[in-house]
Amino acid sequence: MSDVEITTKKDWSSDQEVRWCPGCGDYSILTAVQMLMPDLGVNRENTVFVSGIGCAARFPYYMNTYGMHSIHGRAPAIATGLAMARPDLDVWVIGGDGDNLSIGGNHLIHALRRNINLTILMFNNQIYGLTKGQYSPTSEVGKVTKSTPFGSLDTPFNPLSVALGAEATFVARTHDMDRAHMIETFRRAHDHKGAAFVEIYQNCNVFNDGAFSDITGRANRESMLIPLRHGEPIRFGAEGSLCVTLSSQGHASIANVADVGEDAILVHDESRQDPDLAFTLSRLSRGPHEPTPIGVFRAVERPEYGSAVSEQLAAAQATKGPGDLDALLRSGATWDVA
Amino acid sequence: MADTAEHVHGQQVLDRVIIRFAGDSGDGMQLTGDRFTSASALFGNDLATLPVFPAEIRAPAGTLAGVSAFQVHISDHPITTPGDAPNVLVAMNPAALRSELHTLEPGGVVIVNTDAFEARNLAKAGYDSNPLEDDSLKAYTVYEVPMTSLTKEACADLDVKPRDAERSKNFFALGVISWMYTRPMEPTLEWIAGKFAGKPAVLAANTAAFKAGHAFGETAELFESTYQVRPATLEPGTYTSITGNTALAWGLVAASRQAELPLFLGSYPITPASDILHELSKHKNFGVRTLQAEDEIAGIGSALGAAFGGHLAVTTTSGPGVALKSETMGLAVSLELPLLVIDIQRGGPSTGLPTKTEAADLLMAMYGRHGESPMPIVAPRSPADCFDAAVEAARIALKYRTPVMLLSDGYLANSSEPWRLPDVSTLPDLRTTFATEPNHVDDEGNPEFWPYLRDPDTLARDWAIPGTPGLMHRIGGIEKQDGSGNISYDPANHQRMVDLRAAKVAGIAADIPEVAVEGDVDDAELLVLGWGSTWGAIDGAVDRARGQGLKVARAHLTHLNPFPSNLGDVLRRYPRVLVPEMNLGQLSLLVRAEFLVDARPLSKVRGEPFTAGEIEAAIREEISR
Ligand code: SF4
Repeated sequence: MSDVEITTKKDWSSDQEVRWCPGCGDYSILTAVQMLMPDLGVNRENTVFVSGIGCAARFPYYMNTYGMHSIHGRAPAIATGLAMARPDLDVWVIGGDGDNLSIGGNHLIHALRRNINLTILMFNNQIYGLTKGQYSPTSEVGKVTKSTPFGSLDTPFNPLSVALGAEATFVARTHDMDRAHMIETFRRAHDHKGAAFVEIYQNCNVFNDGAFSDITGRANRESMLIPLRHGEPIRFGAEGSLCVTLSSQGHASIANVADVGEDAILVHDESRQDPDLAFTLSRLSRGPHEPTPIGVFRAVERPEYGSAVSEQLAAAQATKGPGDLDALLRSGATWDVA
Repeated sequence: MADTAEHVHGQQVLDRVIIRFAGDSGDGMQLTGDRFTSASALFGNDLATLPVFPAEIRAPAGTLAGVSAFQVHISDHPITTPGDAPNVLVAMNPAALRSELHTLEPGGVVIVNTDAFEARNLAKAGYDSNPLEDDSLKAYTVYEVPMTSLTKEACADLDVKPRDAERSKNFFALGVISWMYTRPMEPTLEWIAGKFAGKPAVLAANTAAFKAGHAFGETAELFESTYQVRPATLEPGTYTSITGNTALAWGLVAASRQAELPLFLGSYPITPASDILHELSKHKNFGVRTLQAEDEIAGIGSALGAAFGGHLAVTTTSGPGVALKSETMGLAVSLELPLLVIDIQRGGPSTGLPTKTEAADLLMAMYGRHGESPMPIVAPRSPADCFDAAVEAARIALKYRTPVMLLSDGYLANSSEPWRLPDVSTLPDLRTTFATEPNHVDDEGNPEFWPYLRDPDTLARDWAIPGTPGLMHRIGGIEKQDGSGNISYDPANHQRMVDLRAAKVAGIAADIPEVAVEGDVDDAELLVLGWGSTWGAIDGAVDRARGQGLKVARAHLTHLNPFPSNLGDVLRRYPRVLVPEMNLGQLSLLVRAEFLVDARPLSKVRGEPFTAGEIEAAIREEISR
């Protein structure tokens, strides 16, 4: 993009007072995004944040870009139209787990399969915050909340498995306690052509405090977070003593490197067209209490929808010439009355 | 057979004729009717059509549920309706006869395909005995033609399987009727040649069947004479035959051109609106982007996103879809962005009568959103008028930065009429201005952009689209501070914003034509007030009533919200007001509430449009009341 303004984090911050609960994980996500923006090589006027409803959905108000705080669940649909109409824009979609996987689940999966050029950040706090603490589609079974005093009965979604099942071309996970990892993950998502889906483990310290602390707490990270790096063996734990292996049935599991040997370690390949490996990795952890992979699970190329639409338009104009309204009105049988 | 008839060289001249083609949905009756219509249009008749589709796409062949019909009214003078009772019924099978005979005028002509009148088909249609053999049709003039076998015979020398040959029998029927009504053969032959160019066997069979039908009429000495309906004296110009849905799609393309904004359609397939999606999908060289969305909500959501990006954005649907879109319409009202919501109304509630017409979404269009959420409403009156209505809806949306509802219906969508093509250079200028500069200064004297500063006349807000440097701003569904557009929960501000949004829509009344009164303007005893597709039938009914000496006037609304500024005065001028509507009285409810007049509804919700006769009878009854 030509003529990119030199900006700082402050230039990307709006004058609106940020109104999340003190201590909310949303703050660190906002900071990460605002810190990243000056490095992306884009201008503020060409950047749009679209959100639905929920705590996370307040996000656009805090960005000094164009933005729309829309209605519950519909941000991916609205962003789809915007990205199709204006391929020149950078469109970001911000929402929570309720917004994206419950009321807006249909729009999310279709935006992913169409490969609309969107950067979708899903703040997963496994709870409804704005409505004050009901369980969400990512809450664990048995969750006791105001709406489930005897424990929730429904099996949660695994957001990454959903995204992969929806043919997403870019799927990643990060968390609100690691700014550098967030920034790097968001940068990759932004630079991806097509729909990029990022799940962010986000702590709601008011209604679901500590939901991810088993894995994101500073002391736990080394043994509980499994960083995925393209082309590298998947290792974690103290001095890389633990690893991920793949059984002959394609089942991923955790092992001691000492037990299985270096050659048995699964080498991460985010660019595999076949989503099986990414899917298997997305199933490695049953929840944020077991060793859990973070990073980019899948990043593959597939034609991006808005560009494909523009190409069809250009091809039609090349073959038929630009639209001629008078000729269109006369395209059926006509007759003259004198 | 019709109002006047004179004999010319063994040929009768009629001023008009109404023909109804009916058969099984697999018999190609819509195509047959359509071809007859086209030939008549090219011949210069005025005309109006009424396609009647079965509700079940895959109803069992030969059953009443599977009957598909197409009524066409052709004339040598201007007409506005597909006619009350047909003069001629072409029945391709017993089910078609049984289901459609009741529509025929007393003593009318029935042309039947006798080959289909065998025991199994008779039983499927529920006939205990063959109506061609008992006395049940004696009140009609019946012509029995073995269409299937004659078609097979005509194709015998061609390289076509008998089963395939049989499928051409609709062209045989078209040939017979074309002969009977002295239609030129060339347009149909040319059309067959073009349409089936890639399928030589079908082309040959259809051509042979059509010619054989025509020859049969000429040689069989079955029919007493042929008929002539001379060209109508229409206004000079170039004409084409157009359905409402096509006119609407073209109107949207025209609006996009006049606004110099690219067109975006987000839509989910739904009967009877899908043809607009199909039509617009063809016109990519006009820069039209269409998205077949994952659901109705995404249809309007994507359109709203495109509107935010500065496109002329549209979503098309039918009643059930409007219900799903209502939350997003509320957002569009709050965002004050231009957006066209097009509702091709059908029988409801719920799935209702998906292929049948109704106009019962008016109150939903007015009030079907939560909160005070006003939307302008525009309704076309005829198939061709759908073009102008689309342009007008776009004009209002862009000028006032508001979503606009366009209410068409299933009847307008599929019916056709001759349309005098407009001179495209005279279409209205719909260009709008995007903000490019800051419009406000903050406390420290820095220029900034306030998205909710308004034009003092139209109350339209300033509109800056993404990509415009320096005007970055955020808008949303939460109540906004008047002017700055920042979130505001201030009670007084909410009152002001609700009032402003209402005033903006109400103010459009100053920008639309006054409603015209026609007929006995000065001394009518009764005013017939209509909206939407009832126009043609009201027009015919008022003409007939006045022809019989009754004092009647008529007025027809294109704008339902706001109403034309003189509507109250017009309604109060007449002692009686009758409102024919394809609902239980929605417009009459609105005008009673707004103007305190005793407007009486004439209601019809049978899935079919009013006939002029029905309204004429109601006029008579109302005046004698
Ligand atoms: S309720 Fe939870 S998610 Fe919402 S702002 Fe407060 S801490 Fe954050």
